[in-house]
Amino acid sequence: MHEVGENKLSKIALYLFLFVSAILSIFPFYWMFVVGSNTTSAINKFPPAVVPGPNFIANSIEVFNRIAFFQALANSIIISAVVTISVLFFCSLAGFAFSKLQFKGRDGFFIFVIATMMIPPQLSLIPNFMIMTNLGWVDDLKAVIVPAMVNAFGVFWMRQYISSSVPYELIEAARIDGCGNFRIFLNIVLPAVRPGLATLGIFTFMMTWNDFLWPLVVLKDSSVHTLQIALRTLNDVYNTDYSLILTGTFLATLPILLVFLLFSRQFISGLTEGAVK
Amino acid sequence: MDTVQKSKQYRPKRYSQKASEVKSGYLFISPFFLLFGVFGVFPLVFTLYLSFHRWDILGETEFVGFSNFSSILFNDPLFWKAVGNTFSIWALSTIPQLIAALLIAFFLNQAFLKYKSFFRLAIFMPNVTSVVAVALVFSAIFGTQYGLANYILSLFGIESISWSGSYIGTHIAISVMVMWRWVGYNAIIYLAGLQGIPKDLYEAATIDGANKLQQLLYITVPLLRPIIIFTVVQSTIGGMQLFAEPLLFGEGSRSQGLTMTLYLYQEAFNRFSFGYAAAIAWVLFLIIIIFSLFNLFLTRKIGSS
Repeated sequence: MHEVGENKLSKIALYLFLFVSAILSIFPFYWMFVVGSNTTSAINKFPPAVVPGPNFIANSIEVFNRIAFFQALANSIIISAVVTISVLFFCSLAGFAFSKLQFKGRDGFFIFVIATMMIPPQLSLIPNFMIMTNLGWVDDLKAVIVPAMVNAFGVFWMRQYISSSVPYELIEAARIDGCGNFRIFLNIVLPAVRPGLATLGIFTFMMTWNDFLWPLVVLKDSSVHTLQIALRTLNDVYNTDYSLILTGTFLATLPILLVFLLFSRQFISGLTEGAVK
Repeated sequence: MDTVQKSKQYRPKRYSQKASEVKSGYLFISPFFLLFGVFGVFPLVFTLYLSFHRWDILGETEFVGFSNFSSILFNDPLFWKAVGNTFSIWALSTIPQLIAALLIAFFLNQAFLKYKSFFRLAIFMPNVTSVVAVALVFSAIFGTQYGLANYILSLFGIESISWSGSYIGTHIAISVMVMWRWVGYNAIIYLAGLQGIPKDLYEAATIDGANKLQQLLYITVPLLRPIIIFTVVQSTIGGMQLFAEPLLFGEGSRSQGLTMTLYLYQEAFNRFSFGYAAAIAWVLFLIIIIFSLFNLFLTRKIGSS
């Protein structure tokens, strides 16, 4: 009972504040659809259309005609899926070694991994572009996938998770049964840290899906564009045609929004766990 | 640093150091170091090398000593304009954002609140949207001629603002994009911290006659300090790297939306002066470190007095 909102008035004020915050958070999604389902001329007037119109299908077809939307969607899915699977595998493998195996210099190596998180990606942008040029990987999905296959944050995350949720006794027992280290990892550790993997997986998938700067630099041809780059192209070419641009934006946002709504509980609780650890 | 101490604590009774364990250990961590060697260490060294050279699209290199750095620092008004813009947008977006996030978290933490998970979900949703989508939808809202923002202003009798044409308009528009995307994220992080603060502390304070504001300032904020520091450092690093929003919204005729990373990108990939861009990258890195340390210092002061 010792809380804000003991009396009715402040309770109402509190609900109102949260309600307005929620509306402001949702409104741009709604607006995407309003603009995307009207014609540009219905939007470009005062007062503008504020409810969804009948043109969404027509606008969508127009978007599909002008950019290789489905190709970009496929590219985004391929890149995000491969990166996510690879990050989960390599990061938990390293996390297992850092938390449960004894070897010389282990803690030093781990501090090094954490320290690499401080380096801003801009610093290596130009040389990495040159590496890709020399490898012939410009305009190849590999250029985005390979450098992202394992990352410091994931190693850190999985190490914390494994050290707190896999007891040594379990590993010791498996060893007595004659399991090698890799078998222990596959059969004992991975099943035990499923929630940690899920959080890291959703997080990685979204980060990769939304990545912009690096794909913009290395994926130039429209056949290898991700959704984000394709949207940028749409914006550049049809600068003021907001119905078209926001139809594309809405279509490109829909998949990731669905993924989020599906896994939201897992994601939000995982995020808070990581922050207070 | 905290984590390393934790590792000691977790270390079990001694195991015999088997050779196989050592071998597996190195093998299992090797993918990270392999990849970091190629796409992390080598680029760092090479950026350093590049920054002391003039290097154009044809690959002609010429050693120029510190001249790239001295032109950036003393002879490049556009760079300093980009620095100014970046800091202005950072302040405009981060300070209100963190205060709003703290308030939202504080309210969400009230025990009587209903529909908690709905509010959490709605407020967090913007964070999963891509920067590109955010930039595009807000570009439409902040359109100068027919934008929704100007329409709403007109309802209150306020004249249209040229969002993409004026200095303050561009900064506000870009700050709103950043704010919208990150308020919910920070609120969720704060909420996690708040849930760790024992309830009886507030009860004791109430008995001692402290009001809500005093409780927020003298209990909540000091106890949340580590998490506030975390969010401030994160938003500092993020804010210094602002790129997609100004690129898509438009930097404006007087470069009022040009940020440091956008400038770096243009030098490298529009004008192909790789050496100069590499030097910018190092200056940028230095600015990020200095400013992060400054903010760290500042936030440590909060509530410690």
